[in-house]
Amino acid sequence: MRISGRSSRRRMLGFGAALGGGLLASATESRAVDGVPGQLGIPLGPYGERSPFEKAVRWRRDTKTPETGSSFTPLQDSVGAITPSSLHYERHHTGIPTIDPAGHRLVIHGMVDRPLSLTMAEIRRLPSVSRTLVLECGGNSGSEWAVKTAPDVQRSHGLVSCSEWTGVPLSLVLKEVGIQRGASWVIAEGADACRMARSIPLAKALDNILLAYGQNGEALRPAQGYPLRLIIPGWEGNACVKWLHRLKVTDQPYMTRDETSKYSDLMPDGKARIFTFQMEAKSVITFPSGGQTLSGPGLYELTGLAWSGRGRIERVEITTDGGRTWVDAQLQEPRLPIALTRFRLPWRFEGREELIASRATDESGYVQPSREALIEVRGTNSGYHYNGIKLWRVQADGTVTNV
Amino acid sequence: MFRLALIILAGAGALSAQSAKYGVGRAATADQVRGLGASVAPDGGGLPEGSGTVAAGLEVFASRCAKCHGEKAEGNIGPALAGGQGTLATAKPFKTVGSFWPQATTVWDYVNRAMPFNQPGLLKPPEVYAVVAYILNLNGIIGKDQIMDAKTLPKVKMPNRDGFVADPRPDVGVKPAAKK
Repeated sequence: MRISGRSSRRRMLGFGAALGGGLLASATESRAVDGVPGQLGIPLGPYGERSPFEKAVRWRRDTKTPETGSSFTPLQDSVGAITPSSLHYERHHTGIPTIDPAGHRLVIHGMVDRPLSLTMAEIRRLPSVSRTLVLECGGNSGSEWAVKTAPDVQRSHGLVSCSEWTGVPLSLVLKEVGIQRGASWVIAEGADACRMARSIPLAKALDNILLAYGQNGEALRPAQGYPLRLIIPGWEGNACVKWLHRLKVTDQPYMTRDETSKYSDLMPDGKARIFTFQMEAKSVITFPSGGQTLSGPGLYELTGLAWSGRGRIERVEITTDGGRTWVDAQLQEPRLPIALTRFRLPWRFEGREELIASRATDESGYVQPSREALIEVRGTNSGYHYNGIKLWRVQADGTVTNV
Repeated sequence: MFRLALIILAGAGALSAQSAKYGVGRAATADQVRGLGASVAPDGGGLPEGSGTVAAGLEVFASRCAKCHGEKAEGNIGPALAGGQGTLATAKPFKTVGSFWPQATTVWDYVNRAMPFNQPGLLKPPEVYAVVAYILNLNGIIGKDQIMDAKTLPKVKMPNRDGFVADPRPDVGVKPAAKK
């Protein structure tokens, strides 16, 4: 249904453009055409909403406790490389706290010369930077480890989003408090009900972590950690602690529940990898993808998203024959490091079954592996950090299914 | 007098603007840090005073935990907290506090900060020690007469203490230069 809507819109746009845009108005019923009086639109408003005709929403799996769980970004409806804040994926452990920034404090203590309590106004006074960065849950595509995987790209890959984040370099604030000799970790803690906490290596904290208060030109959304969160370029979302109220500088990791029991990767030999922070190169075709239907044979734009925690996406290759042959897709510029990168490829659907997939290569030279290659090394019980190649089956009748 | 005023000024300065270059923030006081709640290290740093027994823990568990985790911590709405030792290298690993968690201090820290699920932070330190003792005893890790406190808890050796390894990635991706 979405696909036919898309192609009819396209036809209409083409037709409108051919006639100088004049006839486009007839579809909107908002302008006078050929003597028919126009109707006034709705008044101007203080805070924008999308068109009532747009229906893309996050999807969430039912959980026994509504305050926990994940909601998935509708990647199949995405265009370009930025995720609207309203559709950014969510992962919460004890619900979204309501925090008045006037009363919020960031306390920095532990192995520091000057334990400090900062107000939000003081944090905003410090020199700021903005970076467009992808954020991906460590558990994104976790369903792909199983034999029967998620049916559509929202449920298989929707725990990834990309925003412009604004904030203060954490390194600057750590220099302000003075790090003591022997310190090697920072324990970051949120102000949510469960005070979710993660241990961050001090070297990374002094490198490129952001104390972020802004997202896509405005304050963080409450679901994204308002008023303050960590944004750690290239690292799993869980480490980017939301509602940040405490940084404790220490000489050891605290082995918190969310870095031991969760977000560690159990290998076939029974050992679990810990502190597997970095998200590796990954890509997925968002159109055509599972659950969609092509309106018939013809020329389409195949498109999708690629990203890597290690830097820029250098190349995305597409196969339409199950991996026997690959061709390069066009990459949307500018290709920002550690950001969603849109790829596109003109593609003719001939009305025959095809197995389509994308394969990303990042600037480190790392090539996205197949699911089989991942499982050969890690087995099927590691749960997190899945980045295998994702196949979709386009059937002869134009329906697209998971493989 | 003048000297005294200088000392007072210097003291006031130490309590107000604190940061090195930008002069923002106030000194975080010990009370303020304590008010944020415990944050516990594997060596026991951050554990408060108090102690708890397995028997006391059984009562705390029955009234505060069993509804979600099951009468015998076998799991219900919340996950199972016992069992699974020896399953991690099998096709169906059963990850619990007893089979998977590497540090007993993590159990204390997590129960203290995040449990009970709908009222996190409700339990007092002796109750946390007690319920952790009960969970460890259920898993056969401590005896039923062992008392948990800031000294004994960090010394508990969890069955999977040595079960965690460093991140070896990239472990799978093919480097083009290495292509044959």
